[in-house]
Amino acid sequence: MTTPLMTFQEVVFGYNRRGRPVIDGLDLALLQGSITAILGPNGAGKTTLLYLTLGWLRPWSGKITLAGQPLAGFSRRALGQEIALIPQNETHRFEHTVLEYVLLGRAPYLPPLGMPTRTDETIALQALERVGIPYLYNQSILEISGGERQLVLAARALAQEPQLLLSDEPTSHLDLSNKFRLVNILKGLREQGATILMTTHEPDIALAVSDYAILMAKGRVLAAGPTQQVITGETLSQVYQVPVRIVPVEGKSQVLWM
Amino acid sequence: MSAATSEAWQQIYARNGHRRWILLGLAAGLVTLFVLSLLVGRYPAPGFISWQRISQDELARLLVLNLRLPRLLTALLLGSSLSAAGTVFQMLFGNPLVEPGFLGVSQGAAFGAALCIVFLGGSAVLIQGMAALFACAGLGLSYLLARRIRYGGWVLRLVLAGIAVSALFSAGLGVLKYMADPLRQLPEITFWLLGGLSALTWPRFLSILPATAVGLLVLLLFRWRLNVLALSEETAFSMGAAPTPERLVMLIAAVLPTAAVISVAGMVGWVGLIMPHIARRLFGSDTRYTLPAAMLLGGLFAILCDDLSRTVLAGEIPLGILTSLLGAVVFVGLMTSPRAKATR
Repeated sequence: MTTPLMTFQEVVFGYNRRGRPVIDGLDLALLQGSITAILGPNGAGKTTLLYLTLGWLRPWSGKITLAGQPLAGFSRRALGQEIALIPQNETHRFEHTVLEYVLLGRAPYLPPLGMPTRTDETIALQALERVGIPYLYNQSILEISGGERQLVLAARALAQEPQLLLSDEPTSHLDLSNKFRLVNILKGLREQGATILMTTHEPDIALAVSDYAILMAKGRVLAAGPTQQVITGETLSQVYQVPVRIVPVEGKSQVLWM
Repeated sequence: MSAATSEAWQQIYARNGHRRWILLGLAAGLVTLFVLSLLVGRYPAPGFISWQRISQDELARLLVLNLRLPRLLTALLLGSSLSAAGTVFQMLFGNPLVEPGFLGVSQGAAFGAALCIVFLGGSAVLIQGMAALFACAGLGLSYLLARRIRYGGWVLRLVLAGIAVSALFSAGLGVLKYMADPLRQLPEITFWLLGGLSALTWPRFLSILPATAVGLLVLLLFRWRLNVLALSEETAFSMGAAPTPERLVMLIAAVLPTAAVISVAGMVGWVGLIMPHIARRLFGSDTRYTLPAAMLLGGLFAILCDDLSRTVLAGEIPLGILTSLLGAVVFVGLMTSPRAKATR
């Protein structure tokens, strides 16, 4: 039986104290070793939920726990060792090599004045191997393709050796082959025991990789549970306000719209 | 581990070793240049002074120990402080066009110096004090203003505030220039703005030593961390950093030495802007190597320019003119060289 790695209880959060909360009374549990996908229209609070999970945003009220302990009680460094973020995209202005970039993921294990050691470099190289691009290690981050860059961000998160991996729209900038690659990487990480929470705009991706899905709209959870039960034609039609059908094709669920 | 990884390992060792050797080479070059610069000058005749002369000639010894040595040490501090601060600023602001004085520091110092020249007289010590005071005031104003700006993220707010405060001081400087006595005070202001180390003595060097030493030490110790702090705030946070306070520490550690050296040397342009670029060309962007490299390069460059400024003509050539002129030439040469990246 899997245990919850992270729980949200009655969590309320907003960016403006005088305004409407963005997350309004959210309850959820992330199970160890599972992939959970958050779906919902733009402005539903998906990324906000991700940042609450990260500890970057603090809830107005309610309780968030990580491995049974209150999230607020973790030090920044401890959090960096437990939770890693793969941002949706990142602006690169300087020519770090891929390996130097992935090595930044070792920061939570180093004191502020520390320098990465050979062990850290080994871990960074292994992270690059896990996402399948070890041969890029000496390339400039500015000279590789957008898809490869997304994989580098994933490798950097893996170098943090986290319990929980947060991924914001992991497939949004990827072409078909890179999407396929990333989906397989996420599945592979789950096999190795990682817990993953990802946001996505693509019900297909959620159906392909996630065990659980959370359907959000306007800061509230409309449906949560096993992906196949949550992502249905009715729920998607309701959330996105467009007619959506889900049809089985060759044993897989396909999302049809328009 | 796969074959690809072990091959990668060999290359990583080779590259890290390579970078260390270049750093050591730069350091050796710096020491050599320093010693040679101590001996070069226009006494008794243009050229190098001999050891024999130093040991026999009292005047020569005094000249080397009390004029050239503090001046060279200050040039070293000037170059390495501006270059280190430039590297830090460019990383933290994610902008390769930023130079260390832009947060109101340079313009504040210029205003302070001009204010002193116009109203308090031209004593070098007094000018230095006023320049340092207003450099810090410029930074403080920029910071306070940034906290009140309601637009953009932390970085953008600081940039906007820096621009506004610099404009304010440069307007003030314009007023002072307009008011200044055109025969006596105006040339002095202009000369200060061009920068130079001609009136450098031991007390003036010692007056900037603590601030520069502490600032540079902090930057050197934090040099790898700077890579992390250059990431977006939430990403830096996700790696266990406290982006806002840590960046503030880095900024202060970068600005203090800048304000200190500007206060004694005036406006010495270009060093803080281009040395980080040259260091990145040679070492890549990992600040673990780029920061010390920029400091060494900056020291070398400043000493070289100062040597030229005091030896080429019988009168001094303002240092700021030389750093801009030589800097631009070196910069263009390096940026257009097709072999520039081979060393990385």
